[in-house]
Amino acid sequence: MENFLQQLINALTLGSIYGLIAIGYTMVFGIIGMVNFAHGDVFMLAAFIALLIFLALTQLLGLASLPIAFLIVLVVAMVLTALWSWAIERVAYRPLRGSFRLAPLISAIGMSIFLSNFVQVVQGPRNKPVPPMFTDFVRLTDGPLSVALSYKQMLIMAVTAVLLVGLWFVVQKTALGRAQRACEQDRRMAALLGIDVNRTISLTFVIGAALAAVAGVLYMMYYGVVNFADGFVPGVKAFTAAVLGGIGSIPGAVIGGLLIGLIETFWSAYFSSDYKDVAAFSILAVVLIFMPSGLLGRPDVEKV
Amino acid sequence: MPLSLAHALKQAAIAGLLALGLAFPILALRSDQDMNNRLIVETRWSWAIGAALAIFALRLIGLYLQHWRANRPQSVRSNEARKDYGTPLAWAGLIILFAFPFVILSLLGPQGALKWINNYGIQILIYVMLGWGLNIVVGLAGLLDLGYVAFYAVGAYSYALLSTTYGLSFWICLPLAGLLAAFWGILLGFPVLRLRGDYLAIVTLAFGEIIRVVLINWIEFSNGSAGISSIPRVTFFGLPFTAGEGGFAALFGLEFSPIHRVMFLYFLILCLALITNVVTLRMRNLPIGRAWEALREDEIACRSLGINTVNTKLTAFALGAMFGGFAGSFFAVRQNFVSPESFTFIESATILAIVVLGGMGSQIGVAIAAVLMIGGTEVLRELDVLKAIFGEGFDPAQYRMLVFGLGMVVMMIWKPRGLISTRTPTIFHMKRRAVSSDLVKEGHA
Amino acid sequence: MRRWLEDPLLNVEHLSMVFGGLSAVSDLSFSVGRGDITALIGPNGAGKTTVFNCITGFYKPTRGRLALARAGAIEDDALDRLTLSGQRFAGDLYLLERMADHEITRRAHVARTFQNIRLFAGMTVLENLIVAQHNELMRASKLTFGGLIGLPSYRAAETHAVQRALDWLKRIHLIHRADDAAGDLPYGDQRRLEIARAMLTDPVLLCLDEPAAGLNPRESAELTALLRSIRDEDRTSILLIEHDMSVVMQISDHVIVLDYGRKIADGTPQDVRDDPRVIAAYLGVEDEEDVAAAESEVARMAGEAP
Repeated sequence: MENFLQQLINALTLGSIYGLIAIGYTMVFGIIGMVNFAHGDVFMLAAFIALLIFLALTQLLGLASLPIAFLIVLVVAMVLTALWSWAIERVAYRPLRGSFRLAPLISAIGMSIFLSNFVQVVQGPRNKPVPPMFTDFVRLTDGPLSVALSYKQMLIMAVTAVLLVGLWFVVQKTALGRAQRACEQDRRMAALLGIDVNRTISLTFVIGAALAAVAGVLYMMYYGVVNFADGFVPGVKAFTAAVLGGIGSIPGAVIGGLLIGLIETFWSAYFSSDYKDVAAFSILAVVLIFMPSGLLGRPDVEKV
Repeated sequence: MPLSLAHALKQAAIAGLLALGLAFPILALRSDQDMNNRLIVETRWSWAIGAALAIFALRLIGLYLQHWRANRPQSVRSNEARKDYGTPLAWAGLIILFAFPFVILSLLGPQGALKWINNYGIQILIYVMLGWGLNIVVGLAGLLDLGYVAFYAVGAYSYALLSTTYGLSFWICLPLAGLLAAFWGILLGFPVLRLRGDYLAIVTLAFGEIIRVVLINWIEFSNGSAGISSIPRVTFFGLPFTAGEGGFAALFGLEFSPIHRVMFLYFLILCLALITNVVTLRMRNLPIGRAWEALREDEIACRSLGINTVNTKLTAFALGAMFGGFAGSFFAVRQNFVSPESFTFIESATILAIVVLGGMGSQIGVAIAAVLMIGGTEVLRELDVLKAIFGEGFDPAQYRMLVFGLGMVVMMIWKPRGLISTRTPTIFHMKRRAVSSDLVKEGHA
Repeated sequence: MRRWLEDPLLNVEHLSMVFGGLSAVSDLSFSVGRGDITALIGPNGAGKTTVFNCITGFYKPTRGRLALARAGAIEDDALDRLTLSGQRFAGDLYLLERMADHEITRRAHVARTFQNIRLFAGMTVLENLIVAQHNELMRASKLTFGGLIGLPSYRAAETHAVQRALDWLKRIHLIHRADDAAGDLPYGDQRRLEIARAMLTDPVLLCLDEPAAGLNPRESAELTALLRSIRDEDRTSILLIEHDMSVVMQISDHVIVLDYGRKIADGTPQDVRDDPRVIAAYLGVEDEEDVAAAESEVARMAGEAP
């Protein structure tokens, strides 16, 4: 029972990170029907940016307060990652909009390869161990197998929850959200009604990247190590989460992320951690085959 | 409209400033471990400023290029003027391919030629073959497959395991590897080929990854990440390429040289690739090939004409997988070593990029794209000249994949429909006229 | 003569199609007479295309039986036996609701065209017509293996297929465009090409979804002649959805009118034209007075139809 509870906490932590990345996939797919392959690498890049800013703050500027440093890192990483994603969309995807459908996919794969190798070249191929932060924890139960909820985990869940509420507000209540939903339905019509489609799409990339940046910061802090190759597997898993939840649906992406976190954590805990990726990928295949519209997606009726 | 210098400079300055912003932490700061394995950070402003200046210059050049292209007199496009260069190009390519090793050999001698035939000739031909194999699936049938490397792996491990466990020769393993890969293609394809395009791509990617993870973790079967080494080398139809008595060189009265084996491998992969090409070209003119292309154009119309689309897709998938399997078993016999490292997603992405860049469905386009992409990145290893510019610490090979990724982006923006985008009809009444790329569909919609 | 009662080719019985709680077609029964041109008409959203999609297997009907006899009569006891057996077909009797779309074309020989033309735009006109003969050619190529080694029997079959295609191209006046991409043809030519392509699957029943949509009067007249020749020379029965009343009234032997997924009239063009319910459905009126006005409107729309 204790073990189960502990695993549940771990799973929700991991699931929060996947969920944050998955939102970026699902929003971009929703609006331009493209799998943004480089999104996983944008997440990795964000973790590196966060690491460098954190080191600069503590070592070069001598900032002592960890919470303030964390807050600055979070904000700077969000802004810079969003800028990167904006630039990527502008350079690699926008010129291909409306052309051949495979071209943006290949361009995105190229961007993904570029980003991971770029980080490898400029920051080196070795793992970067991050100094431990927020190491305290709360004991929820006593006993030999006590359940502990660390400050880090609380922070991850809290940050995720706050951001999701913020995102929900943006999508449901603001003009930007309405423009996004309109573009999802019919881009040409939206343009005719005076919506700046390019700007809306850019902002979608920016929001997705900002959330991925948060995931990157949390990932760096939680695991205490980052590597240039860390984008691919979490990226594919987050995409799995988006598909599982129903691609195009933001709540679906979050639920999917939590489910993938649960499945992966419990699979590792009770079976074998070697095959945890196989479990995640098999779920992806099974979901797509038997439930192609995911949990919350709209079913697609074949138009004849 | 003339492009004003002030405007161009302003645009370029914005791009440069933006680049400076992007470069700020990732280029301007460098993290490294010290003696205690603790991360320390140091500044590296010169890199960030250099990058910003480079982007400024690129943007400026780009603006003028764009301006020049927009104001260039447009040539009148006509359907009649489009000439078919395919056939003469193919024959020229074929002659070059057969002459290549001999020309290199006579120019550089056996020692110098080894590297060129191996790193350029064989390496490129493997990708040409893989590209042609995947072209059946993606280019003709319009099924987006992001896990093609899985079948390459099945082929490689088939030969590796069959030869090391049962001592079977390469010539028996080769067809077996192809059949096994085709079998896997059908097995994986059957449940997923109903899916629409993007989903099919993701499921195939997942299968590719599953196979790789299983190969890493199922140690009793595949020896895990350590891989399988000392796979038997290729023989000249039973005659080993060894120095001593009974070897290839001794029998033919030649002086022993490793070049013999490499030359043999070169012609082996050339033949395998050509077989792939000939079979594909022939099948394209048969009912099955036309059904593949029709499927790419409009699946619903195919069904209304009584075509069993599931079977049609499966044949394309299985055939593509089979050629991937052949290529895999060639890979294993060439390297004498296989490990899961060689079958990552990057490989699938590379092969797909070759097919898309080549122009989907065009055999000659795929071959040219393979030469450009694989040859191009191999050349980067050679560019020691760059050391003179960037200093001694500069290792061009390090930048290989970085340039490769960037190259994929640039090529897509430059030619989104690939190098050869027109489609050659499979049958004609009076005159064979190429079909413009604007009309040809890409399938998987 | 009411051939649809005496010699039906297709019997649609109690067909219902429900999409997520919304019923597009409910309890629809009608017959298609052998050798007839049958028109399925009705206002937009009446469920006509849904009926087509059920007949051609693109949708699985929620309920109902679709029985087709390729040559003989539809015998009640044979039909009952087939229904109980769980088989999809027996002899020349087919239960379309049990068959997959491609099987319906291949075995039951029902072919169709689409409302939004579905040609293979990037393939040539000739290639489009060769693909239509896929199943025969596939058999001749011995599932590709014979074709790969260049069997003479396959080559002969291919020559024959090309000849058939060219004959059809002459018939639809497109022989000069044989080597052009189908997507390059003007709209009216694409419509005719799609019909020719469907005909090359050797159908006993040809289903046309709005064949006259977007055609000019001359093209419309050509189409009418083509459909008549398909009925009289090729002995293929035609079921068509059409909004152009003049076309419907001119060529149909039998007209079925749908509204909100139900049948509101069924008979000869004359019967249907005079039916007040049809007029009301088309013009959305209920008053007696308005019906009278509507009647004259329909008469005007029908033009000089017999």
